[in-house]
Amino acid sequence: MKVIDKPEFEALIDEKISSDRRDVVGVRDDGEKYVFDDLESAGDLALDYDVTMLSPKKYLMPQRETILEYRDANGEFEWRAKAEPDGKVIVGIHPYDLVAIEQLDKIFIDTLRDEPYRRKRENSLLIGVNMQDASETAFAASMGTATTDSGYDLMLTDLGETYAVNIGTLEGKEFLNSADVRKATAGEVQEVERIEQEVVPDLFERELEFSPALLPTILEENYDNMAFWEDYSEKCLSCGTCNMVCPTCYCFSVDMIRDLGTNSGRESRRWDGCLLEDFASVAGDENFREEVAERHRHRFMRKGWYIYERYGDIACIGCGRCTSECVADVADPCDVYNKLYQEVQAHAQ
Amino acid sequence: MRSSTTAKFDIGENEYQPVNGLITRTRSFTGADKLFEIQLPDGEELGHQPGQFVQLLVPGVGEAPFSVTSSPTKPGPFELTIRAVGNVTRALHNMEPGDTVGIRGPYGSGFDPDVFEGEDILFIAGGIGLAPLRSMINYTLDERERFGELTTVYGCKEPAEQLYPDELEEWAEGDEMTYLETVDQCPQDQEWDGPTGVITSVIPEVDIDVETSNVLVCGPPVMYTFVLQELDEMGVPDENIYLSLERNMHCGRGLCGHCQINELYVCTDGPVFHYPVVRDKQEAEV
Ligand SMILES: Cc1cc2nc3c(=O)[nH]c(=O)nc-3n(C[C@H](O)[C@H](O)[C@H](O)COP(=O)(O)OP(=O)(O)OC[C@H]3O[C@@H](n4cnc5c(N)ncnc54)[C@H](O)[C@@H]3O)c2cc1C
Ligand code: SF4
Ligand code: SF4
Ligand code: FES
Repeated sequence: MKVIDKPEFEALIDEKISSDRRDVVGVRDDGEKYVFDDLESAGDLALDYDVTMLSPKKYLMPQRETILEYRDANGEFEWRAKAEPDGKVIVGIHPYDLVAIEQLDKIFIDTLRDEPYRRKRENSLLIGVNMQDASETAFAASMGTATTDSGYDLMLTDLGETYAVNIGTLEGKEFLNSADVRKATAGEVQEVERIEQEVVPDLFERELEFSPALLPTILEENYDNMAFWEDYSEKCLSCGTCNMVCPTCYCFSVDMIRDLGTNSGRESRRWDGCLLEDFASVAGDENFREEVAERHRHRFMRKGWYIYERYGDIACIGCGRCTSECVADVADPCDVYNKLYQEVQAHAQ
Repeated sequence: MRSSTTAKFDIGENEYQPVNGLITRTRSFTGADKLFEIQLPDGEELGHQPGQFVQLLVPGVGEAPFSVTSSPTKPGPFELTIRAVGNVTRALHNMEPGDTVGIRGPYGSGFDPDVFEGEDILFIAGGIGLAPLRSMINYTLDERERFGELTTVYGCKEPAEQLYPDELEEWAEGDEMTYLETVDQCPQDQEWDGPTGVITSVIPEVDIDVETSNVLVCGPPVMYTFVLQELDEMGVPDENIYLSLERNMHCGRGLCGHCQINELYVCTDGPVFHYPVVRDKQEAEV
């Protein structure tokens, strides 16, 4: 573990803003919300934030991105793959978001290579920060994602006048090369441990009433509990916002776009969500999840059971973004999980 | 069944990059269906398995999955049969030989002919569901000696909707396969001297050894429940049944999430599934 004085850290970020070939982005306070955005200087950073509206997923898998371009040369199409290596230096990622990125890496790089994602991910540098504040809808401690010892290049912990810096990768180490850092004292190492083990878990107002390891079984047992799903989704507007803001949701749609007045165009992909009505519809007026209750059920089954079956991860890291962004106030997973648990308990009696 | 997440033609700079497929021949049937013969660059073979599909891109319009309807035993260009239902498919229907489309794939797991070696097969096709099954049917006919008794049951809405009429006639008249057909109804302006009624009404007429015959089914979503019930009543063990399922698809590679059935993705774990694999998956609706 290293230690860097705060002014020195800011100088390092300022230096990177002017010299790194990549954009340096980080958490800023935009007046109403915290957001990941471009940094003009290290002074823009608000590292004591609670949660950002969107997660850093937006840099690795943008809301809309071109994945292919074509040019029509007299009926002979020239297809050109588009995957610019526009990686970023991302400053201030909370541990739960790092866990979400690790889940995406597993799918988009290790299991099913996806070049547009891989190029951006492998050219990015992730600087994490241990949480100093949590939003009232978050329950990351219950999901085991409030702290992490992997997934970052560098991880900061605020120690007042200084940051303790854990180095996760060689690239992270090299990033620090030009800065004046020193080795952490035994006391500082202990302090970081205390923060991770005692201070951070205490930040959360909400918690799961059971171990997340039980989630796949609890969900499976409630698959046919239609009364629950109907009741729960009654007020939902099927707007898909809960899907869009979720750092572990990665479903997308592909659109073909012709550049008007030219003989060229592109294929682009955009975030899509299983709460949107047409997500599972096919020709012939068949919709495999026509009812809003079925779509809600699918969202939770996918997060806590299906993805677990396939990849071994629970695809909810407890950030609470879906809860705070839902206009109908029904998206809260912590609440859903607890109620489902109670349903199972009630049945067992 | 072979699972192929790594398609032959996604080896470009990224996995979404197609190759140019040249339309070399088209053929319209009386319904809204049209057959397209497509040639790959340098005359290369698609290298598919019966039941697999390709993602077809119409530049500027869109992309959609289509089953390969020709058998891999037929060398040269491959064939698709496409029903005009929306943007991509209508645009395709306006295309002619000499036009080019983008092709990536083949994707998904198909029917592995080796699995059925020496065994009897019953094909049950509803409507456009004959398109994917035709690939396997023609495979078994082209390598007839490798398989046991063959039977095909084909049902569609009305006579005019029948695909591949001359081939159906050969199937009916030849002695290599037993062929049964039905239409839901025959409008007055059309001719039909076969049976009318939904496909389940002819299934009991097939004369197969239910214990040992493999049954390969493809049709519209509503068909499966009823066909499976019928097969169950006849005593066909679930282990002998294979289904090709349809879902909304965008990536074809197990990523975009549209085609999900529980933890399975139809684009990579299917579209051809051994029935026991999906029987207890709630979202399969079979
Ligand atoms: C594995 C597989 C194999 C297939 N094989 C064949 C084949 O061999 N031949 C064939 O003709 N078809 C086949 N299909 C179906 C074919 O892919 C669809 O019919 C096609 O995507 C329609 O494309 P489109 O853009 O023309 O239609 P769209 O413009 O998407 O519209 C299709 C119609 O479907 C409805 N619809 C509404 N929303 C959606 C949506 N999000 N996605 C799809 N439909 C919607 C509407 O009624 C609309 O008119 C296959 C599908 C799969 C998954
Ligand atoms: S739960 Fe809320 S955010 Fe999600 S689709 Fe429904 S209304 Fe929109
Ligand atoms: S489901 Fe909600 S709480 Fe869970 S990771 Fe997604 S946005 Fe965060
Ligand atoms: S089509 Fe995208 S996951 Fe199957």
